[in-house]
Amino acid sequence: MSIPHLLVHSPKDNVGVVVVEGLKAGTEMICVVTETDTDFRLVANADVSIGHKVALTDFAAGDTAIKYGEDIGRIVAPIRKGDHVHTHNLKTKRW
Amino acid sequence: MAHQRMTGWRRENGRVGVRNHVIILPLDDLSNAACEAVANNVKGTLALPHAYGRLQFGADLDLHFRTLIGAGSNPNVAAVIVIGIEPQWTGRVVEGIRKTGKPVEGFWIEQHGDINTIAAASRKAKEFVQWASELPREPIEIGDLWISTKCGESDTTTGLASCPTVGNMYDKWIPEGIYGVFGETSEITGGEHICKARAASPEIGEKWYTMWKAYQDDVIEAHKTDDLSDSQPTKGNIEGGLTTIEEKALGNLEKIGRNCTFIDALEPAEAPAQGPGLYYMDTSSAAGECVTLMAAAGYVIHTFPTGQGNVCGNPIVPVIKITGNPRTVRTMSEHIDLDVSGILRREMTIEQAGDALIDLIGRTANGRLTATEALGHREFVMTKLYRSA
Repeated sequence: MSIPHLLVHSPKDNVGVVVVEGLKAGTEMICVVTETDTDFRLVANADVSIGHKVALTDFAAGDTAIKYGEDIGRIVAPIRKGDHVHTHNLKTKRW
Repeated sequence: MAHQRMTGWRRENGRVGVRNHVIILPLDDLSNAACEAVANNVKGTLALPHAYGRLQFGADLDLHFRTLIGAGSNPNVAAVIVIGIEPQWTGRVVEGIRKTGKPVEGFWIEQHGDINTIAAASRKAKEFVQWASELPREPIEIGDLWISTKCGESDTTTGLASCPTVGNMYDKWIPEGIYGVFGETSEITGGEHICKARAASPEIGEKWYTMWKAYQDDVIEAHKTDDLSDSQPTKGNIEGGLTTIEEKALGNLEKIGRNCTFIDALEPAEAPAQGPGLYYMDTSSAAGECVTLMAAAGYVIHTFPTGQGNVCGNPIVPVIKITGNPRTVRTMSEHIDLDVSGILRREMTIEQAGDALIDLIGRTANGRLTATEALGHREFVMTKLYRSA
């Protein structure tokens, strides 16, 4: 298989991590779930930097982001599948 | 995999070091200049300047002494010169280090002045360094190694690649009898349920949880001015794609692998006393402070996963930098000892990366300079518990 654009830790996750530099909007990403070694395709809706997250599903405000199969925070703005997920739309539930 | 032959120095107390430093250790900030002058006079010695040691008291003073005595006692150190402003506290550090059996001598500045102190300390430092230079390396065993870990300038690649690489090393080597340690108390927030469950017994889990909760209540809650999202995660973490403390904690905990449980929760700079195995240490998540505390507890090699490129080193412990971020490999290659970015490309497994780290630890033990050593990164940072009197 070609080099993946996006890695996902767990099949329970609803966000994945861009692992290539210079990802452009409209790219049909090769995505791999590392825990199960399964792959799928997803179109990126924005230019996303290496290391940053992409939504694997649509979210409404108040939803929970899951990574490593665990709660990593609260969605605070509507998100479409393929969008960039970061500090503008995801916040900690702690502190 | 077959283990390479490793060598080191077996010290007077039986502990093994992989470096052979003669250090010039200041008791306090006032003594930094004299220590640096001695290190300049006598080649092959190393001054460890730091910012504190005046008007401390109680638990904060205890930690100051524990850190200085621990650094001097570290088996990577062959011999120690201690310089302070006056004889009493200087002597306390000297006597603490002397329990290891290694050569140590103290000097103080009052009633001598810097120049006479520097002259006397330089003569002794020259004796020590010539003595140390003839100490031979001897074969050592895997079980002689004390290997600490702490990550820095983390990003999402650390949780995918460099932290699991360290975890794989621990999964392979803790059963072989090494001592390990991880810490970063604030940064477990969001993953505390996972960390607590990795304690070797419910009692140790409770001891750990009490430590974590105290940090939350006494430090974070007592002093926070906002939700800390601009501090934890750090600006570098956020640039690297980490969004919340929960996400950062889960990546951080990848460093302890899949199978290891921790057998005690240590105070800052406390030496482990329950035999070989993995330990937790209550530390800040700031790199210089954390690595210094682990060095003071007796750890001799540090494994340091980084995402965005934390350049922190330590004067007495070789710090091995591991990254999975191909941009950091490209832009900051001089700081990186082990490139595991192949994990992101699915060209390298975590199993292979763990083996590569084990090989590099062996080469580091045998004398290969780490990037931090070659570049002169000697961050020696005292942890301060509260304001001085």
